[in-house]
Amino acid sequence: MIRALMWLLAAILLGGVVHLSTVLALPQAAKQDAYSRLVPLTPVNTMAPLPAPTPDKAIMPFMDPAFATAVCRYDLTGGSLKLIAPVSQAYTSVTFYTRNSVAYYAINDRAAGRRSIELDLMTPAQHAQLPEEEDVTAADRLIIESPGASGLVVVRALAPEPGLMAAARGALARATCSIQPVQ
Amino acid sequence: MRLLFGSFFTLLIAAALGLGATWFTLTRGVAFGSLTVGAWTAWPKTGSVDIDPYARASIARSGELPTGVGDGITFYAHTDDTGQNFDGRCTFVISGMTPAARYWTVTLYDPEGRLVANTIDRHGFTSDEILRDNDGRFSIAVAPLARPGNWLPTGGIEQFVLVWRLYDTPIGVATRTTKEGPMPAIVRKGCS
Repeated sequence: MIRALMWLLAAILLGGVVHLSTVLALPQAAKQDAYSRLVPLTPVNTMAPLPAPTPDKAIMPFMDPAFATAVCRYDLTGGSLKLIAPVSQAYTSVTFYTRNSVAYYAINDRAAGRRSIELDLMTPAQHAQLPEEEDVTAADRLIIESPGASGLVVVRALAPEPGLMAAARGALARATCSIQPVQ
Repeated sequence: MRLLFGSFFTLLIAAALGLGATWFTLTRGVAFGSLTVGAWTAWPKTGSVDIDPYARASIARSGELPTGVGDGITFYAHTDDTGQNFDGRCTFVISGMTPAARYWTVTLYDPEGRLVANTIDRHGFTSDEILRDNDGRFSIAVAPLARPGNWLPTGGIEQFVLVWRLYDTPIGVATRTTKEGPMPAIVRKGCS
């Protein structure tokens, strides 16, 4: 009897280990995460508009249909990334995601406080290699550190009413992202 | 023999328990640090690097991109204020206050996060397009059949989810009390 209980206790403990390790391993193993869904639709290091979600077709679940969306799928191995997003009439935001969909930084047009949101995205190693004098002038320019070499930058522009969707899409069409080669 | 049987039994139970618990937590959407106001629940940390492993796994599985904390916050509702599940064949009325935010949107999805087809091609409202009374208050009828005023069609589906997103808002990781974030009430008004 006691022996059976010991086996059961071992089973529960081991079950806990199985549970925790599967939860932790799942983001690495997921084949249908946002990044994987966007790979066939978005060229690397280029701003690409996403089609609006419809009842029949949406790239990702729970997309806000009031927003126009553009994605820059980045790979920083060739240098840092320069991102420029013109501010639309209503509301524009830029969110940075890791390869595993963790939102590590987000900024909106008011926080950016200009007519366009301009950012430099680089890995911590690239940031450390910046010449010092450049870092001083960098007070004027926003530098974001990416935890990994690849990830997603998602620019969203709100259309406060359906008639303004074309304007929001137009603002996003002028958003760019490009690799700045290492000198 | 006994040892073999015992260890086999143990491994079997362990695998069933562990995988079962993982499946359960991911399909039910278990995450820590939730902020609940009435029928609405948000997980502010899910939009930051402090996201917990459960939310991380759940997002990887569903394929969605969470709202970043610098962008806004997303509240989900699966039931009305009394805890009754949303049924697309019934009428629900959303009314009341919203927390301070530059813009908000409300959207109706099916439980998998897809928009729901309907005759007028409406899937939600933004804070700008909603019709308000003279006091600035609004009420939204979530119903299968057309309603005067703000009608959000359910398409008659069995279950739906309402998602309320606040953009450029002070509501976030630091919000503790419901006083800071008064969310609209949801009341069921009968079924067709």
